[in-house]
Order: sequence, then C-alpha cells, then structure tokens
Amino acid sequence: MERRTLFPGRLLPALLIMPQLVLTVVFFLWPAIQAIKSSLEREDAFGTSTEFVGLDNFADLFADPLYLAAIGRTAVFCACVTAASMGVALVLAVLADTEIRGRAFYRTMLIWPYAVAPAMAAVLWVLMFHPQIGLVGAWLNRIGIAWDYKLDGTQAMALVILAAAWKQISYNFIFFLAGLQAIPKTIIEAARIDGARGFRRFRTILLPLLMPTVYFLLVVDLVYAAFDTFATVYAVNGGGPGQSTQTLVLKVYLDGVVNANVGSSSAQSVVLMAGVIVLCALQFRFLGRKAAT
Amino acid sequence: MAGLRLDGLRKSFGSTEILKGVDLALADGEMLVIVGASGCGKSTLLRIVAGLETPTSGRVLIDGRDVTDLDPSARDVAMVFQNYALYPHMSVFENMAYGLKIRGLPRSEIRAKVDAASALLGLEALLERKPRQLSGGQRQRVAMGRAIVRDPKLFLFDEPLSNLDAKLRVQMRGEIRRLQRRLKVTSLYVTHDQVEAMTLGDRLLVMHQGVPVQLATPTEVFERPADTYVAGFIGSPAMNLLPGILGRNGTMVRVADTDIDLGLRRFDRPDGHPVILGIRPEHVRPDASGMTWPVEVVEHLGSEMLVHAGRPGDASLTLKTANGAAVSDTIQVAFPAAHLHIFDQATGLRIKA
Repeated sequence: MERRTLFPGRLLPALLIMPQLVLTVVFFLWPAIQAIKSSLEREDAFGTSTEFVGLDNFADLFADPLYLAAIGRTAVFCACVTAASMGVALVLAVLADTEIRGRAFYRTMLIWPYAVAPAMAAVLWVLMFHPQIGLVGAWLNRIGIAWDYKLDGTQAMALVILAAAWKQISYNFIFFLAGLQAIPKTIIEAARIDGARGFRRFRTILLPLLMPTVYFLLVVDLVYAAFDTFATVYAVNGGGPGQSTQTLVLKVYLDGVVNANVGSSSAQSVVLMAGVIVLCALQFRFLGRKAAT
Repeated sequence: MAGLRLDGLRKSFGSTEILKGVDLALADGEMLVIVGASGCGKSTLLRIVAGLETPTSGRVLIDGRDVTDLDPSARDVAMVFQNYALYPHMSVFENMAYGLKIRGLPRSEIRAKVDAASALLGLEALLERKPRQLSGGQRQRVAMGRAIVRDPKLFLFDEPLSNLDAKLRVQMRGEIRRLQRRLKVTSLYVTHDQVEAMTLGDRLLVMHQGVPVQLATPTEVFERPADTYVAGFIGSPAMNLLPGILGRNGTMVRVADTDIDLGLRRFDRPDGHPVILGIRPEHVRPDASGMTWPVEVVEHLGSEMLVHAGRPGDASLTLKTANGAAVSDTIQVAFPAAHLHIFDQATGLRIKA
C-alpha cells in the first residue's frame, strides 16, 4: 500500500515546495524565457537598440557552415566520450565484481574521479599531456611523435575526449557494478554448470541482463557529454586551436558572452534546450521502463 | 550414467569448519537424499560436488574420475536450484538449449533433445514463453528440463521444492521420483524437509554440524535412528526422549521412579548407566495402570489428537491417540517394549540390544 502524508490547508504545502519553485523560476524559467525572447530579436553592435526579427536568427544559424560543423563536432565528441567512458567502466566493473583481495579499496579508488571538479580534471590531463612539461606529452615528442594539442586540432579533440570521458567513468562504473551485483549469483552458477565460460558467458548471460543499465547510462552519458562538459573543454583549450574543440555549449558562450552576438547565442541556447528536453524525455522513458521490470 | 564417490571431504570458511570429513559412495543410478537442519553443511557439500566450491581437502570422483580440481563445465553434472535460476532473458526453449549450444551440438539435435525433454515434462506449449510468464511449478519443470536435456552423469538438486506451495510440492515430489527412476541418473538431493527425504531417497544421509551421522535406507533411519539427533530430527511429531537409568541387568529403564520394562531385549551396559529412552508419539499407549503424566496441551487433528504432557521443569511427553476418554487433567500411559529405543546419555549414540 502507498503511504501518504496529507497536510492540512494550502499554506504549509506551498511553503514546503517554495524553495525548489523559487530556484526553478529564477535559474531556469526566467533565463529560458529571456533566451527565447532574445532569440527572436537582433541587437545592434553597441547594445543600444533591439528589433524583433522573428525566426531570422534560427534561419541564419542553420545556414551557417560553422554552426553545422559545430553540430557534427559535438556529435563526434558525444559519441566518443560515451563509448570510451562506458566501455572502460564496463571492463572495470566486471573486473571489480570478481572475488579479489582488497576489492573494497579498488572500488573506492575507482569512484574518486567523480568527486574531482571538471576544471581540475582538465588541468590534470593538460599537465600530463603538455608538450613540454607534461609527462606523457614530452615523452611522445621524445619518441618522435609530433604532439602538441595547442597546434593540432585532432590531438586537441582527443585530449578533451579523454578528460571528459575520464570524469564520467566513475559514474558509469558505479551503475555497472550495481547492475552486475543485482544479477542473482545462481544464474551465473547455472551458466557455469551449463558450461559457459569467459567472454561467452559475459556476452550471452551478463550483458543481456545488464541492458537496462546500458540504455540508462547511454542517455545519461549523452546528456553529460553534450551539455555538461563546458568546464572541462573550456579549461583544456578554450575551444581551440581555431574552432577544433568548439562544441555547441562552448559556441553559445563564445558567441554570446565573448563576441556579444546575443541574438544568435540565444537562438543556439533554444536549440540546445530542445535537445536537452528530447534527451530527458528519453531518459525518463528508460527510467520508467527500468522501474517497471 | 555413473557413480559418485567422496573421499574425506572437508571445507572451512575462515576458521569455521563447515564440513568435517565426509565419505560417501553412490551406486550408479542411485538417488541419495542429504537431509539436515540449515547450516549442517548439506548445501556446501552439493556445491563442492558441482564444482561451485573448492574443498579444503578431500576428493570428488565422478564415474571413477577425480574431478576435484575441474571447472563445473568439465564435470558433466546438471543442477536444479532452489530459485530455479532460469535465464530471465531467454525463452523456455533457449533456457533448455543453452547448455547444448555451448557444447556445440548441431541445431537439429538440440531441437530433438529439447522436444523430447519438454514432452516428458509437459512443456510443449510453453517453449516460446519467458520465465516470468510461467508459474512456480512450470519454472520448476523448466529447470528440470534444462538438467535432463544435458543427459549428465549426475543430477544435483538443491532444495528444488522449497519455493512451491504445499500441494504443488507433493505433486512435483512424485514427478521428480518418477523421472529419476525412469532416467536412472545418479542423483544427489539436498533438503531440510524430512517428508521429501523419506519419500524420495533410495538412501538417506542425515547430516549434523558438518558430520554425517547416519547413512541408511529411509526405513532403517526411521526405525533404528543412529543417535538422539537423528531420532529427534526424522519423524513428526518428534520422538520422545526421556532420560533414565538402566537397571535389572539391562532389561529395564527407570524413568522418574517408574520402571519401564524393555521386554525380551537385554542392553549390554552396567546397571545404573545413564541412558535416554526414546519412543515415538504414535507408539505411546494410554493405559489405566501405566505411568501418570499431567496434561499440558491437547491439539485436535481431526481423527486423532496430539497430547502434550509433562511435569514442569522436567521431561515432556507427546503422544498421539484417538482415545479422547483417556485424556483429562492427567493421562496414564504405557510404553510398549517393542517400540523403545535406548541411547547412551553421554554420547547420544544408539545402544544395541
């Protein structure tokens, strides 16, 4: 039976949800409405006058090859971050799920990166891969690989993917490990007695039973990579060299705040907002399905 | 088909010794039931035979081959789990076919074997269903089918009926017995339920705290329990165990000032030896000239009644009788000599006449 506490009157319930409502209005609804309003306006270069231009900003946006390139770049970035962080996390979770000495220690250590601030994570990777002072970066140059993420766009992209994926491994690891431990031991024992071993057992028994977790993390990781990696990417190279690591969130910031093109930046925000809404709807569907089974 | 032999099997988890040396030999096609209270080591024993646990010492031989260090997959055994352990993402057909597929059998042969097994178990109509769409009894049958199709050397049952309701349990018990007789697969069956143990096994192994205490046919175990533990464990309601002192050259036991005659049998212990007198509730007979006991509780079972009698702070006595007239505040009872068991009070072991 469902337990419910009923509050008398309307004042107390209203008071209790007020803090959350205030936060939502001030930090989400109000800026969102501002963004939608600005996305329909054009401001002159000095910020002295604005005029209503309808959907012109959006039309300009999707006619702009630079914006389309940023969409493609973001897609690649999201796919790589999601694949890398989920793949590594799954391998680590499978290894940590076995009976080994000191596994509590390993598990704790593997969860730590989640507590590292995004900008700090970026700095960690920069310090490792800096072409002159970075341990790995300097070594790469010494063995004859021309490594400099500040000059080479592809290398810069690889580095931001590494930094962003590394941050998310912990989160995925926790969910994969919990998912693996939720699989009844006797099912795995039945598979052992049936003769299934190693990778085959993983592919035919563990992975299918882990699929709800995989779907869930897929959506969460895509949302993370697309919208939650600003600090990491910005701290590595500020979107450069050139525009080679400029993802959509970075472009909103650079166009709006740095280059003061408020109309275009707002239109980009609105597009991103639509993306978030779609992904969140997907996420809720999967969460709902998970709860139903 | 093959036999099974266990040699000096021991198992410790940390400093706790779960199995304290088990030797056992099963003939080809035999069904042996291991019975005992929870924590007696019976499940651990089964898991060692399956290869899911490694023994601390001792050997497991299946069909004369030492499999102690082999992976479960290499032992050619099949196991039916208490919670069935069906693969939830596979259909009934796939569940049964999985082990065969792993072994690389051709598709047509897998189909034939699964069809044969499902016909045997009445699962033909359910082959495309997923485990969650099945009832408890059907899941149990699929688990059996998964074991049967493999045509293994050894069947292992780990309390397979304890998740079923009482009626279904009786039915499945009969089915398991018929199947085992028909397929003649050597089987090891673990249970804490003494009715299952009595009805299923060719032989019974009673375990107590990691030690096998009696290995015999169900009748033998019931009629001649090896010690007071077995006497109290097998049979419901449990056997009455009354402390007494042997006398009259081992032909009489004195229980609370009453001399109980042991008939023609003579027990080879000196007079005054402390013993325990055992008698099953159904053998205690109301007798106006017998020993007087105060009645505590009477349970009516329909055709007969269960009388719990006893002196406060002293031994208690349970008896089954259909004679309601004999029961009042007190009851007079006699202990027929033919149904008496005598155990040593110090060791708990049965004393032979």
